Amino acid sequence: MPEAAAIRDEAARLLAFFEGRGAVRVETPVLQPAETLLDLYGEDIRGRAYVTSDPVVGEAMLRPDFTVPVVQMHMERGAEPARYTYAGEVFRKQEEATHRAPEYLQVGYEVFDRADPAAADAEVFSLIAEALGPLGLRAATGDVGLLIAAISALTTTERRKAALLRHLWRPRRFRTLLDRFSGRAPAPPGRAELLARPDPMACDAPLVGLRSEAEIAERIEALREDAAAPPIPDNEVRLLADLIGLRETVDNIAEHLQDLAVDMPAIAPAVSRFIARAEALAARGVDISRLDFEGSYGRTSLEYYDGFVFGFYAESRPDLPPVATGGRYDALTRVLGQGSEIPAVGAVIRPELALQVVEGRA
Amino acid sequence: MSVKLGVPSKGRLMEKTFDWFGARGVRLALSGSEREYAGAVEGVDGLELVLLSAGEIPRELAAGRIHLGVTGSDLVREKLGAWDEQVAELEPMGFGHADLVIAVPKAWVDVSTLDDLDAVAAAFRARHGFRLRIATKYHRLVREYLREHGVADYQLVDSQGATEGTVKNETAEAIADITSTGETLRANHLKVLAGGPVHRSQATLFKSRKARWSEADRAVLSELKARLGIRD
Repeated sequence: MPEAAAIRDEAARLLAFFEGRGAVRVETPVLQPAETLLDLYGEDIRGRAYVTSDPVVGEAMLRPDFTVPVVQMHMERGAEPARYTYAGEVFRKQEEATHRAPEYLQVGYEVFDRADPAAADAEVFSLIAEALGPLGLRAATGDVGLLIAAISALTTTERRKAALLRHLWRPRRFRTLLDRFSGRAPAPPGRAELLARPDPMACDAPLVGLRSEAEIAERIEALREDAAAPPIPDNEVRLLADLIGLRETVDNIAEHLQDLAVDMPAIAPAVSRFIARAEALAARGVDISRLDFEGSYGRTSLEYYDGFVFGFYAESRPDLPPVATGGRYDALTRVLGQGSEIPAVGAVIRPELALQVVEGRA
Repeated sequence: MSVKLGVPSKGRLMEKTFDWFGARGVRLALSGSEREYAGAVEGVDGLELVLLSAGEIPRELAAGRIHLGVTGSDLVREKLGAWDEQVAELEPMGFGHADLVIAVPKAWVDVSTLDDLDAVAAAFRARHGFRLRIATKYHRLVREYLREHGVADYQLVDSQGATEGTVKNETAEAIADITSTGETLRANHLKVLAGGPVHRSQATLFKSRKARWSEADRAVLSELKARLGIRD
């Protein structure tokens, strides 16, 4: 393991690198209000973040990532466009026996810029690649925006699309729902029987709690709609599976996606964005004929990326987590912006992993 | 040094534990007055009885301050992260059965599975502006179970007692609690979700992986296991 002082030095070097490229250095508090993070990530974050309590603030968390506080800071008082860099500790509780560090440094670079999203994607990717250049890392990329577009384009009810989109980041649950909506798996037990009752609302127990009778009636209507909805057509399920299963280099994939867009015209705008990004990457000198693309990449990370996603891996050290990860999170700015939004893309580097890779090569 | 066996210090759990060991030729008894919380063992030399609250036994095992302990399998899983790295299950003891279940109002005719609960949680959040509340004291077990089953848009609210009443009091929409007969659930107009409990708990004899096991301690353990009919 690299010395703590060496890790700090590496973080300082990276910070200076991003500042040298025009980023403004920012700091965020270590203690973050828990409510925002819980509402965003759900209860799972409790298992992964250190929760503490403050007599005045209430529940607080030790910063599990920088993105949320940086977005909040920018939405409150940032001028546009903006480029930020930061370095500091993040804290991740390891409940399972992963034996990963519960506390480590991150150095990040975030871009808030409306002008040209494809160029901003390429800028963040290529700056990270440059900062880590000598390490010879393998980059993997994906595009959550393509998946969102493909799901939104399915021939089915809005409710089913919403359910699939909501679980896009939980691949197993997503699969279960898709199988059911496409008629490959039966409806949950008891559902048909409930809908067949003369009065489904009838019950021998009084209704207790906050959820009202109207809400129950509404759900029964939703279940009726779902039971009557035809299955998602086979060819669309196949196209979606095809998209999720794609593993190719970025330049090969561009052509493949254009073919897919012929059968699924609704994904054409997302495909155009992909191609614009590929061109922007190439224009910045990234060799896209050797850049990997994985259709499902980014589906198991924290659920805020909604466009370009990427990670940098040390092939000599498959035991290590990615040295850097990043992506586009426009929707997050919408959630945190209370009415305003701005296209945003960013990435973080873990300096101690970068040093471990260097040590391994020495 | 001797091998320390932690046993619940009061109530039916203590009596049943004493009976279970007694039926296998290891006599556990309180020494002195009943209020003294000191115990004695007959039948295996080098085994020392330590009387503790059942809720503290997981922690004592994980700290290695006791070598063996009897407690509910639910408490070990709830209180210890990566529990199976810290303790090993030697033998389920066949009593103290209780299921940790998730229950919702019986009048929620549209909800019978976790799948329904997840869909309702999404709709509830959209309408009420906060995540559907599940009252429980089993935070870790419930959270891990719901994550595994892909349930989102809920929150756990802590409830250390009278959990079944939280729904009527509108401090929670659903509960997750231990039940043995379901009587209290019915009385509070709640029903259990289909698909099996979150965890099926029973009193279990655990071995600490963190305690120091000397050569002599291992010999005591072997003899005890032989006496109790526990195979390796």
